[in-house]
Amino acid sequence: MARTFDIRKQTGFTALAITCFAVLYMPIVLLVVYSFNAGSSIAIWEGFSFRWYATAWDNDQVQAATIRSLVIACCASGIATFAAVLAALATTRTKPWKGQTLAFAMVNQPLMVPEIVTAVALLIFFAMIKVSTGYTGLGYLILAHSAFCIPFAYLPVRARLQGMDLTLEQAASDLYATPFQIFRRITLPQLFPGILAGAMLAFVISLDDVVITEFVKSAGQDTLPTYMLGQLRRVVTPEINAISTVLLAISVVMVIAFFFLSRVRK
Amino acid sequence: MADDLSPARAARERRSRLLLLTPAMIILLLAASGPLLIVLIYSFLTPGDYGGVVWKFSWDAWFSVVAERDFFTDELSFADAHLSIFWRSVKLSLMTTVAALIFGFPTAYFIATRPKRSRDFWMLLIMIPFWTNLLIRTFAIMELIRAEGTVNMLLLWTGIIDEPIQMLFTEFSIMLGMVYVYLPLMILPIYASMERLDFSLVEAAYDLYATRWRVLRRVIFPLVRPGVIAGSILVFIPCLGAYVTPRVLGGGKNLMLGNLIELQFGQGRNWPLGAALSLSLLAIVMVALIFYVRAVGRDGEKAHG
Amino acid sequence: MKRTILMSTAAAFLAAGAAHAEGVLNIYNWGNYTSPEMIEKFEKQYDVDVTITDYDSNDTALAKIKAGGHGFDIVVPSGTYVPIFISEGLLMESKPNEMENFVNMDPTWVDVEFDPGRNYTVPWQWGTVGVTVNTSVYGGDINTAAIFLDPPDELKGKINVVPEMMDIMSTTIYYVGGEQCTMDKEVLKKVRDTLVEAKKSWLSMDYGNIEKYAKGDLAAGVNWNGASLRSRLLNEAVAFGYPMTGYPVWMDNAAILADAQNPENAKLFLNFIMDPENAAMLSNFARYANGIKGSEAYLDPVMAQAPEVVVPDELKAAGVISKTCPPEAQKIYTAIWTELQK
Repeated sequence: MARTFDIRKQTGFTALAITCFAVLYMPIVLLVVYSFNAGSSIAIWEGFSFRWYATAWDNDQVQAATIRSLVIACCASGIATFAAVLAALATTRTKPWKGQTLAFAMVNQPLMVPEIVTAVALLIFFAMIKVSTGYTGLGYLILAHSAFCIPFAYLPVRARLQGMDLTLEQAASDLYATPFQIFRRITLPQLFPGILAGAMLAFVISLDDVVITEFVKSAGQDTLPTYMLGQLRRVVTPEINAISTVLLAISVVMVIAFFFLSRVRK
Repeated sequence: MADDLSPARAARERRSRLLLLTPAMIILLLAASGPLLIVLIYSFLTPGDYGGVVWKFSWDAWFSVVAERDFFTDELSFADAHLSIFWRSVKLSLMTTVAALIFGFPTAYFIATRPKRSRDFWMLLIMIPFWTNLLIRTFAIMELIRAEGTVNMLLLWTGIIDEPIQMLFTEFSIMLGMVYVYLPLMILPIYASMERLDFSLVEAAYDLYATRWRVLRRVIFPLVRPGVIAGSILVFIPCLGAYVTPRVLGGGKNLMLGNLIELQFGQGRNWPLGAALSLSLLAIVMVALIFYVRAVGRDGEKAHG
Repeated sequence: MKRTILMSTAAAFLAAGAAHAEGVLNIYNWGNYTSPEMIEKFEKQYDVDVTITDYDSNDTALAKIKAGGHGFDIVVPSGTYVPIFISEGLLMESKPNEMENFVNMDPTWVDVEFDPGRNYTVPWQWGTVGVTVNTSVYGGDINTAAIFLDPPDELKGKINVVPEMMDIMSTTIYYVGGEQCTMDKEVLKKVRDTLVEAKKSWLSMDYGNIEKYAKGDLAAGVNWNGASLRSRLLNEAVAFGYPMTGYPVWMDNAAILADAQNPENAKLFLNFIMDPENAAMLSNFARYANGIKGSEAYLDPVMAQAPEVVVPDELKAAGVISKTCPPEAQKIYTAIWTELQK
């Protein structure tokens, strides 16, 4: 750009954004630092050591919980995003239809009810199914997580759809593209940032859930958050920091890989 | 084009709409709306002696949401304990939403104005902190802002303050914690609609001698409004029912709605009251959502009109 | 179709978890409360695979087990919840009193009100709810509930109270001269007024404050003895006081569930934890006393002589074993509790 006047600039926005990033990362830095604490405290520094990484590595319960959390989050965010994208296509950019508001309310309903309420209700409901079918696997947790992830995946997709231009699709339609072709070649690529945002949101929401999981889980189904909740009343050691740091490191590696991959592709 | 639909096409459209909605509806019916019906029924039953319910109809739960009979004087009065907890929740949730907007909007804008290929990278940078568990992040915030914590130490060291500020266990710390937790819910939808912002419109406005503030207010903001509204709703509603943050950062001294409801399902052993309180919360949320549907609906009309 | 795939994937997970279905035991217990060493020993000795699942409150555990379909064999409720579990028919009458290791039971804990003669339960850990005080901040008498109900000026604004409704209500009731589970209006009025007035001097109502006591963020508060012990290990000045007017004594107990799938392994386990050496392993991990005679010999020295664990003789009488209050009392207490936190 040759012009000196930057039309994208807004006074103070960059400063606010940087503050925002700083605030987001301050607690993270702290928790990484304390994962190397030699003492058994997450607040009192007693020297450097890898002791808590060793402890976490030896703790089967923590490991199993971490893997279970990731499995549930992957399944639930996948299912929720799939369902949410379809639902968003049905409820956006159409002529108003009977029951549209109802459908909208249904999709967003998990947002409106505090977790503890859904949790108690699900406990009662799922217990009935568990008793009558005898099946007590992870399916219940995945189903419950999918349900409360749907609105989180739905809203960004919907926001994206609403801002989308119809002309391209109309042009394609004029050129005799089939509805599926239009969707695959035009709608989906334009929609992609919304889908990605929705899936990521759903993933972290599932990863963080405590209350519903606590009530729905069966024997041997602790996730990382419920494992931590159990420790809340007693004592929290840097072991959790160590696990979090490992997860963080994995995600950072993934981000970097993603970044380079997308560079190569372009 | 939309006006001359033949009946056959209309039917086909209806069918595909139904098909598109089915997966979401099945999941939601099984794991969200269905169970909610149980809650509704429970709110009209009698509490069991040790939690749970007895299948006997009663209005008591709904009655005690708003009114109470004083145990000591036997006088009937407003349940001011419940009402003040309701008020605190609404107030803090609104404040949190505004704060999240103040920080989230510029951040989304910042990301949306980066070169195209680094945007995903910035978005992921927003998401990374959320890969770490909510509880452990909340503990870290606690450590940062407590009386002997990092922030106070820094402030003391730089000489800005002479005495540690009590930030932890105040409404401020609850708000800070909630902004932190829900910030991506604000940033993501705003970004999703801002990412497509057509800057030629902005340029046109500048060519017409608009100031930066005017461009922001009259051009950019209206274009990303659906995202802003979606973000605000996504932040406001979970805040109302927040449980972990008030418990850990608020020090549990002052309850929010989520904690009050949990108390009824837990130590208080009054499930019907818990159910009735939840449905009251639902009512507040409905008001917020009606506002959302209206606002978005207006935008939709504009886009198509 | 999609759901079938989902279900079968999930079923595969389940199958993977139960691969050694020959000998399994599912324990449902408080988080961070079960010694991994002890579990390992049990697994080796009996060739049983043990799974531990956590809960964070008695009420969650009760609600979950009542709903059914949970798959647990053993649960560890507090004494106040045992009668509820029994009356709801949730526990199996497993007769621990006829087991081999029952001879090791401390007689004090055999005829407890919540399970007379021990037909259902075996002690896990027991402890007291007292006050933790940083003696470098306040040098006066610490064996009083006034520490948090009528605090000296030095402590004001630096007090934490654990949000355990029944423990706080009971301690306050004893302080104003009432009895456990009282419904006396005069007493309860005093309780409410005392609490509402005292709350102004509290900083927080929170769990997990071991470090805050040690680091000086908190100077005093209501606390569990084991937690207070952990704080003292970090900071010598932290002491534990037993309110003279009365303090709650609690016990968590292991019991077999009525719908347990592995009752035989569960019985083996109950017998196993009544062995002094194994009980000591539990205590060394969780930092509370265990109610098994002879376990002292295996305790860490830091536990064996800790003033937080060994109640001084002159204060023993003030301890009141917590019992289950009637629902009417519970209702009034909840109202006062809500009023306090509004």
